[in-house]
Amino acid sequence: MEKRKVLEVNNLNLELDKSKILTDFSFDLEKGEVLAVIGPNGCGKSSLAYTLMGLSGYEEKSGEIKLNDEKINGMPTNKIAERGMTLAWQEPARYEGVSVRKFLSLSLKSQGEEVNDQKLAEALEEVAIVPSKYLDRKIDDTLSGGERKRIELASILLMEPEVVILDEPDSGVDVVALNNISQVIKDFREKGTGVILITHNEEMLQMADRSILVCNGEILRKGEPEDISRYFKYECVPCEDENYQEHLEVSTFG
Amino acid sequence: MDDYEMMVDAYKEAGGDDVFADSDVAHIVLERDKVLGTNSVDGLEVEVKKQKKGMVAVKVTILKNYKISNPVHMCFGVLPEKGKQIIDMEVEVEKNASVEIMADCVFPNATEVVHEMEADIRVHEGGSYLYEENHFHGDEGGVKVLAKSKITLEKESEFKTIFNLRKGRIGEIDFDYESVVKEDAVLEMIAKMQGYADDKIRIREAGDLIGKGSRGYLETKIALQEEAEAEVLNELTALADGAKGHVDCTEIIKDNAIARAVPIVDVRDPGAKVTHEAAIGSVDNTQLQTLMAHGLDEEEATDVIVQGMLNS
Repeated sequence: MEKRKVLEVNNLNLELDKSKILTDFSFDLEKGEVLAVIGPNGCGKSSLAYTLMGLSGYEEKSGEIKLNDEKINGMPTNKIAERGMTLAWQEPARYEGVSVRKFLSLSLKSQGEEVNDQKLAEALEEVAIVPSKYLDRKIDDTLSGGERKRIELASILLMEPEVVILDEPDSGVDVVALNNISQVIKDFREKGTGVILITHNEEMLQMADRSILVCNGEILRKGEPEDISRYFKYECVPCEDENYQEHLEVSTFG
Repeated sequence: MDDYEMMVDAYKEAGGDDVFADSDVAHIVLERDKVLGTNSVDGLEVEVKKQKKGMVAVKVTILKNYKISNPVHMCFGVLPEKGKQIIDMEVEVEKNASVEIMADCVFPNATEVVHEMEADIRVHEGGSYLYEENHFHGDEGGVKVLAKSKITLEKESEFKTIFNLRKGRIGEIDFDYESVVKEDAVLEMIAKMQGYADDKIRIREAGDLIGKGSRGYLETKIALQEEAEAEVLNELTALADGAKGHVDCTEIIKDNAIARAVPIVDVRDPGAKVTHEAAIGSVDNTQLQTLMAHGLDEEEATDVIVQGMLNS
């Protein structure tokens, strides 16, 4: 696969209610690469996802976000999606009265593609969901969190994005669903979609090509997934620990 | 083209099903006070009497033990831009009879149209009555719909009413439904609509659960934008042991729209239970942002969410 940077983030800073949420975030992502962003709960991982997607309320204070060499700072979320970057939420939304068929069709329509059941069925099969049983079901409380996650992934597969941000894809899912989600991440990679894999579970790092460890809104380390995993598991000091500042000073940045 | 054809065409053009040529489907077509067509089936009696200018009395009886298999279509409407239609409706569903009525109200050209309906509905023991009212309005908002109903549900009977605005603007709607629910009978009232511009919606639905084991469910879903206003008064009173009910009102607002919801839950027997939920607010942010992350702009995403809510 050709090596090409699809996403570049330079010195990104985010403040919410005058609190620093992200400080000087810089990283890049190549085509078909899986970059894991790992860190404890509340360290700013989801805020990073929302800032990259231009969500309302998450406008960066400074810094640059480039998607395929185009600066996307300040763009509305739908325009960022049109340019090829999208997000799968940690807790996918429920849609009263909206069928799986309708939801998936929106992804095709937004790409200017004709909707047909065959394409929708293929996307569902890719996330191990039986189309005949699910296409007419509503995306509401009758579906489990894991089912909604997989349906959201199916809709993203139909979008064929350049970059997908997966926010905690492993949270709230059973082992079967987790295996399936792992397979979908591999599929994204094979199709050339760059994946930002947000997680607090170091086992998920096995799927990544590179990793970033985030702590207290800052990048603490960058490097090989095995090294980051080991560090996160055995050496990471909780952010609220009094030794945290000292810990930051001695950390090596990749 | 005669009035009947014009009325049926207007209904079909607005999206209604083509059922009027089917001899197995009972129907009545009323344009203002003119009866343009009727067809009956076994077990169903329909009497139509012109009362005074602009007013028609319609009596519908479903005979004892008859189960009418196909929905009965009642097509009401006013074709000109201005006009008035007043319907005095009496419905008797006799013991163990059942019927499904589709009331299709067509006002395609309305700029100053009034549609008034006063209904007295009685569902006898073991009877079942489903009344689905589908409105097809023009885009001018020039329709005023005033509907008043008194509903009596005898022992073990069922009544369900669903209101949908299928096309066009609401204009002004004022519903006032009162019902008495006896032993083990079931009442269900559902209204879903979308208001724009200066549309005005007022809905009052009240159910007295007087019978042991009676059930009541009132559901209203409204989406408003621009200067539209809505007021929903849902009242359920439980007076008997084992009576159960739920009131659910969801209103989504945008722009300068105003929504009010007043759920009244009145329980007077320790063995009864009535719950309520009311939510008024803007479109859910996670739903909106998810759809925008799929490439839909804010307006398209809002429309998907609102239509989903109204179709649920």
